[in-house]
Amino acid sequence: MSTSISKNLKTAIFSALLVLAVAYPVLGLKLSTVGIKLEVQGASPAVLWTIFGCSIAMFFWQLFRNHLSAAWSHAPKLPSMPGKASEFLTLPSTQRWIVLGLIVVALAWPFFGSRGAVDIATLILIYVMLGLGLNIVVGLAGLLDLGYVAFYAVGAYSYALLSFYFGLSFWICLPIAGLMAAFFGFILGFPVLRLRGDYLAIVTLGFGEIIRILLNNMTWLTGGPNGIGSIPKPTLFGLSFDRKAAEGMQTFHEYFGVAYNSINKVIFLYLIALLLVLLTLFVINRLLRMPIGRAWEALREDEIACRALGMNPTAIKLSAFTIGACFAGFAGSFFAARQGLVSPQSFTFIESAIILAIVVLGGMGSQLGIILAAIVMILLPELAREFNEYRMLMFGALMVLMMIWRPQGLLPMQRPHLELKQ
Amino acid sequence: MSSPILEVSGLSMRFGGLLAVNGVNLQVKEKQVVSMIGPNGAGKTTVFNCLTGFYQPTSGSIRLNGEQIEGLPGHKIARKGVVRTFQNVRLFKDMTAVENLLVAQHRHLNTNYLAGLLKTPAFRKSEREAMEFAAHWLDQVNLTEFANRTAGTLAYGQQRRLEIARCMMTRPSILMLDEPAAGLNPRETDDLKALIRVLSDQHNVTVLLIEHDMKLVMSISDHIYVINQGTPLADGTPEQIRANPDVIKAYLGEA
Repeated sequence: MSTSISKNLKTAIFSALLVLAVAYPVLGLKLSTVGIKLEVQGASPAVLWTIFGCSIAMFFWQLFRNHLSAAWSHAPKLPSMPGKASEFLTLPSTQRWIVLGLIVVALAWPFFGSRGAVDIATLILIYVMLGLGLNIVVGLAGLLDLGYVAFYAVGAYSYALLSFYFGLSFWICLPIAGLMAAFFGFILGFPVLRLRGDYLAIVTLGFGEIIRILLNNMTWLTGGPNGIGSIPKPTLFGLSFDRKAAEGMQTFHEYFGVAYNSINKVIFLYLIALLLVLLTLFVINRLLRMPIGRAWEALREDEIACRALGMNPTAIKLSAFTIGACFAGFAGSFFAARQGLVSPQSFTFIESAIILAIVVLGGMGSQLGIILAAIVMILLPELAREFNEYRMLMFGALMVLMMIWRPQGLLPMQRPHLELKQ
Repeated sequence: MSSPILEVSGLSMRFGGLLAVNGVNLQVKEKQVVSMIGPNGAGKTTVFNCLTGFYQPTSGSIRLNGEQIEGLPGHKIARKGVVRTFQNVRLFKDMTAVENLLVAQHRHLNTNYLAGLLKTPAFRKSEREAMEFAAHWLDQVNLTEFANRTAGTLAYGQQRRLEIARCMMTRPSILMLDEPAAGLNPRETDDLKALIRVLSDQHNVTVLLIEHDMKLVMSISDHIYVINQGTPLADGTPEQIRANPDVIKAYLGEA
């Protein structure tokens, strides 16, 4: 008994000091601008006392951890899903019904939700698309890609540049942006896909940064940090959703003889995003049931066996990388159209991290999981705007909780197995 | 005599200072069952790895139907019809038995993206044929009733059989089995023997075998190569090997 206390004492002192060391610089010191200078100021006594109190609490918690955890084991556990419900929810057929239900809700959404709600939903749909695309690479083919945002950027800039220099419309640029992103995926994939695991992750991370820095520095082409502005919004068969149409164009409200309402534009953008997501869902669902989808799975499970059966691992990985990149390109060009402005700041590493978090949170390989995770990841920061500074902290906490509670993700997928009918 | 389908001469493999395989020669004729035996660590699996392109041999030549194949990557050699199993079972454990067989047919399927996305009749037909071929082989290895079970949940002997069936999906001309009887009980070993017979008699497959089960090796092989410490020790028919004093010495030690 006493040995366990003395053993814990060391940990306890260390933990308490750690709390002080981490919390004091972060919370206890404040930088404030005085004129053109920065000044370090101490925080209020209340904050300092709180930090001190936390440190003390940590000390005692670590010291009596064994006793506490014994007491804790009697307390109710974290609510965990009963096995049967979990099993039922991960069945492919159940998930398909839930996805269908979500689609119906999504279709009705713009006609009931407020303007802000539709706008956020559009943002969520962009991330759903990105999550689904990255899921092909990470979840299905098992290749860790930390630079996925690069393909998103390629798609966005493809549309921005083509419309800026050549005046091409959104609907022409959408497939081009997808192809451009796929092309970049192919070019990057060719040399790096012989790498594995950690090495691949690092190279893709570097690639993501390279694209961003290039966009930042090629000022003559991309406008550098200022980005490219006034990108035209998509049109409906040539009908613009602006109040006044450009020359030779007609506006939606004039053509249909309805009063101008700016919400129409928001709803239209939302519906395009929904259409793109549905297309993505459809394509990925088919891919899963095609030989290439099975090959991705097989490759993730055992690359050596694949080679021994005459499958070319590089070609299969490359196809996953390229197709995944293609969807990022679509999402990117839509993003550019929605924002009307692209700049390198939109394509930082944190975006890659969020998309990856969506995939991991949702449960690798699961489409429904990704949709739900995208909703959580985008909605949470929007709802808690006051806590904006603590956004990363919230992500971190969420990830830790998930690892404890559901390490396999929100709704992991049971693959749709092909059945042999007898 | 027919010309050999696989001809290996002077095959050597060096890992740094270790000469794992030293001047191995093999002559395998079509539809033969040829075994490679030798004590543990003799370099048998290394020979397999060289033949199937998993290692690049340091020197020597490998000819398949007269065509040089040494130095080709593994998947290219497999596409030429040289397919292998592994000492430890390497199935796709989370996929069902029948899916394992479908994956292996990848190269023979309609992999056109557009056809798959639109589910064209040609695509459906190709998928249906793949399924039928898989069902046929599941039947051959007596696994039809386990077709929709995930491969990882099958019993060890069944996994071994499934692995052989998976190899057959690629329509190989040479099948290389690395210790297929390891861990099987006597009845399963008999089944395996029957299966190998069927493969070589009915499906025109040449079988190259690494095995420690001498009863199996002696009863099934047309020709046996003995390898000891990376170097060829003897070769001949089962009778010749059984009577060879060098082989007995290598296995039992000096008297």
